[in-house]
Amino acid sequence: MKNRRTLMSTFAGLVAGLTLTGLFGVGLAQADVLDEVKQRGTLRVAVPQDFPPFGSVGTDLKPRGYDIDMANLIGEKLGVKVELIPVTSTNRVPYLTTGKADLVISSLGKNPEREAVIDFTDAYAPFFNGVFGPTDVPLADVEQLAGKTVAVTRGSVEDLELSKIAPKNATLKRFEDNNSTISAYLSGQVEFIATGNVVAAGVNDLTKVRPLETKFLIKNSPCYIGLAKGEAALQAQVNQIIAQARQDGSLNAIAERWLNAPLPAEL
Amino acid sequence: MAYRFDFAAVFQHSDLLLAGAGFTLALTAVGAAAGIALGILGAVSRAWRLPLLNGLFGVYVEVIRNTPFLVQLFFIFFGLPALGVKMTEWQAAVLAMVINLGAYSTEIIRAGIQATPRGQLEAAESLALTRLQAFRHVVLRPALARIWPALNSQVIIVMLGSAVCSQIATEELTFAANFIQSRNFRAFETYLVTTAMYLFMALLIRQVLAWVGRRFVIGRTR
Repeated sequence: MKNRRTLMSTFAGLVAGLTLTGLFGVGLAQADVLDEVKQRGTLRVAVPQDFPPFGSVGTDLKPRGYDIDMANLIGEKLGVKVELIPVTSTNRVPYLTTGKADLVISSLGKNPEREAVIDFTDAYAPFFNGVFGPTDVPLADVEQLAGKTVAVTRGSVEDLELSKIAPKNATLKRFEDNNSTISAYLSGQVEFIATGNVVAAGVNDLTKVRPLETKFLIKNSPCYIGLAKGEAALQAQVNQIIAQARQDGSLNAIAERWLNAPLPAEL
Repeated sequence: MAYRFDFAAVFQHSDLLLAGAGFTLALTAVGAAAGIALGILGAVSRAWRLPLLNGLFGVYVEVIRNTPFLVQLFFIFFGLPALGVKMTEWQAAVLAMVINLGAYSTEIIRAGIQATPRGQLEAAESLALTRLQAFRHVVLRPALARIWPALNSQVIIVMLGSAVCSQIATEELTFAANFIQSRNFRAFETYLVTTAMYLFMALLIRQVLAWVGRRFVIGRTR
């Protein structure tokens, strides 16, 4: 009987404890990550290291890229040191949910599945698929592709989207992989290519044979900074930093540096 | 979790597959005709050691037979524009096939020509045939008759090899298959149907070439 009561009370205590942790744990954490970061003096940021120009390892073996610059900018504004945590695209969200990182700045796109698990700040980087071409050939929108030739990589998002919206007499040349698509453009076999802005920036970095200019957008999916659910204070603070960086031109400078293009107005 | 086969997902694109197959056959027809013509020229140059041409074809045969078809194709399509030679993808595909088949058929036909018995040429001379007549009736036709089966195989190899042309966006059968597969993700069904189509086309080409052989090449020599 006594044993049983003990068991009962233990159980009750456990339930109460869990409930309390549940109630207050979240409540406490809500305001805490920002304070925690300031107390600790370091901001832990999950960044990519295999996705240039957003994040890659430079010749000095240090991470470099758009996302790293962004992390340093936020650290600087918060007045704390930045600790970079290299992540892959599959484990970047778990790093947040398990509390191993304070922010994920890893060219993260927003979608409903992710929004159910983590929160997002405002967008900090443009990411889109578009049609690119030489600077001296004008092309304003998809309708003007009529009679023109565009190379795409077969089965890519660009291929699927452009196949739906391109005019009937536009020629889509579908190549096997990204390299062939790019070669077709660089060797002058096609007038335009449809690809990601990141890829286009990468091509412009590597060769000046036939520089690519953004002609128009196919699908817009900008990058957001991810943070744990319910961190309103941190979210507000980071949003403020992003807004300020956008205004004073420092975000534009990062875009110019890594993407070879100014920040699009709609971001 | 058993895989559910869905061939309807492939057959709803049958117009694409048929167009692709037609394009493959057209490529093969043009490639084979021009390639064999080139091969005859090469074989004669090599067998009779014609000045200049012998050496030229010798280098050509070695270069083409010892390099991958895909690399030759990429060189023509992606490489040559640097020299200002720009071709559409089907022109590049046909050219690559002609060049490729030309090299192989040069050697195949040369074997046939070199197997011509000396006595046959002497007989032609004693019958007062002109050199052209002797070449046509006494050398070339028996030579082709001897190596016809080998040549047929080579044409079929080239037809199957044209699948590689999908890499430069030539819209032949493999391109159509890859295209459909990238839309419906039905790899098993798509490639099974495509395989069957290639098999059928190869058998068809063999029948046609056998008929051409009987009618125009072998028939009147045996």
